[in-house]
Amino acid sequence: MSNEEKIISELTQKFTFLNEKCVIVRPRRITVVVDREKALDVFKYLFSEQKFDFLSTIVGLDSGENLEFIYNINNKEGMLINVKVFAPKADAVIKSVLEVYAGATYYEKELEGMFGVKVDGLPAGRHYPLPENWPQDEHPLLKDWKPKDKELK
Amino acid sequence: MPKRIEIPIGPQHPALKEPESFTLYLEGERVAASNVTLGYNHRGMEKACEMRSYIQCLYLIERTCGICSHSHTTAFITASEEVAQVEIPKRAKYIRVLIGELERIHSHLLWVGVAGHEIGFDSLFMYSWRDREVVMDILAMLTGGRVQYSINTFGGVRRDISATQKEQVLKAIDILEERTKYYIDIALTETTMMGRLKNVGGLTHEIAMKYNASGPLARASGVTRDVRKDDPYLVYDELDFNVITNDGCDVFSRVVVRALELMESYKIIRQVLTNMPDGDLTVKVPRKVPANEATVRYEAPRGEDIHYVRGNGTEKPERVKLRAPTLANLASITYMLDGGYLADVPIVIAAIDPCFSCTDRAITVKQIDNGREGTLDWNKLREYSIEWHKQRGFDAHKIKLSI
Repeated sequence: MSNEEKIISELTQKFTFLNEKCVIVRPRRITVVVDREKALDVFKYLFSEQKFDFLSTIVGLDSGENLEFIYNINNKEGMLINVKVFAPKADAVIKSVLEVYAGATYYEKELEGMFGVKVDGLPAGRHYPLPENWPQDEHPLLKDWKPKDKELK
Repeated sequence: MPKRIEIPIGPQHPALKEPESFTLYLEGERVAASNVTLGYNHRGMEKACEMRSYIQCLYLIERTCGICSHSHTTAFITASEEVAQVEIPKRAKYIRVLIGELERIHSHLLWVGVAGHEIGFDSLFMYSWRDREVVMDILAMLTGGRVQYSINTFGGVRRDISATQKEQVLKAIDILEERTKYYIDIALTETTMMGRLKNVGGLTHEIAMKYNASGPLARASGVTRDVRKDDPYLVYDELDFNVITNDGCDVFSRVVVRALELMESYKIIRQVLTNMPDGDLTVKVPRKVPANEATVRYEAPRGEDIHYVRGNGTEKPERVKLRAPTLANLASITYMLDGGYLADVPIVIAAIDPCFSCTDRAITVKQIDNGREGTLDWNKLREYSIEWHKQRGFDAHKIKLSI
């Protein structure tokens, strides 16, 4: 059994709802799709039991009806798990992972600004990377947002 | 309760890739608290990539950074090739590694110079930047550019390396290796440098792990992580090199890690040039890239770069995401500044190598209690720092270097 298969079998043993939700993309790349309510438990388990202690970044995507968030977490052996979490645009709320990954502040702030998702549990503070005077209802990485070129001649 | 003075540093400078603003709260000469504000020069590259073809994105992404230009394009194009399911020729992979390691040498030598300058050791700055010219000339010879190499293309590399060029690179590497040995010798024996850099800007192993620091900064705190070893890309799994770590957890150990990494890069370049197979430079890639996704990690000179690309069956990507190492490392910087002296702020900030310190920055000194205000720019802060240490017996100007 390869390392990837071992991680998946232990993960699905612990969380039965992850059956058939884990895919080995290539060596050292695993994709796991998790419900947003259960994501934090999965992160806690992967962090403490499987030693996936490094959050590289969080990728946000606008996939039509849903917003998609991919957490790139990896361990010392170079194994990378892409944990995918979905949130419908009509109810765009996800939970913060700060209690597991303390370095996630900027990544989560970026999701709030660029996709307009509410990250539950993220302390208020300055925006990142958009400026403070940026309109509250404009989120540039949503597909229906188009750059305005009114200043260009 | 001592008086607290608030010092804002930054933020705006159009020449920087990531202008930052630091606010320092001083009690006497010590930094009691600090915080960082980011995002002043957000250029909207990720959005722009969604409106361009893959090859246009490649040239746009090359402009992410003025030093790690090859790192970003290699990470992006490797991810795009994985999405398009093409395997590039072995020779192209070797050439990408070669340019990548030359870029690392360029970046680390630049950093040694900047670090020397910040502590008032300008002879070291002059020397290491003179040596950096050697590697920049080599890069210009191989690629046509000193900073933006544009060697990568979708499906391979744009230029081959001839036998004569190979000889020239090997000759240059010999010179650089000798110089680096000399700098390592200085760093390890010169008491002024040690006195100035030891126990400054401490970042414990636990904090580095907790805040997911990466690159030389993390390795100088004993974190044995290097993407080239852990998650090898291109041909790094065929090359013999060591991951350099140090348990010093201070600025001095960051110097040691970077200097020893230079030696490993020379080793890698020699292997690459000896083992480089003959063959094609490019493969044909489909015009329409399938709907697929890939995540690539890349060990840039400053730490881990991570790029995510998703295709949608057209000529343009659906989503491109990039994260540069400085963002990962900034979470740790307030811990390194807190409790230290104001005079050590320049070198501590410089030690994460954020493309930051070599530039003028306006600093306003506000004395909250009696409302007095004055301004310092980065140069004045640097002069204050050098003078402060001179009074305590560390004068880097007195160190003699041999040619």
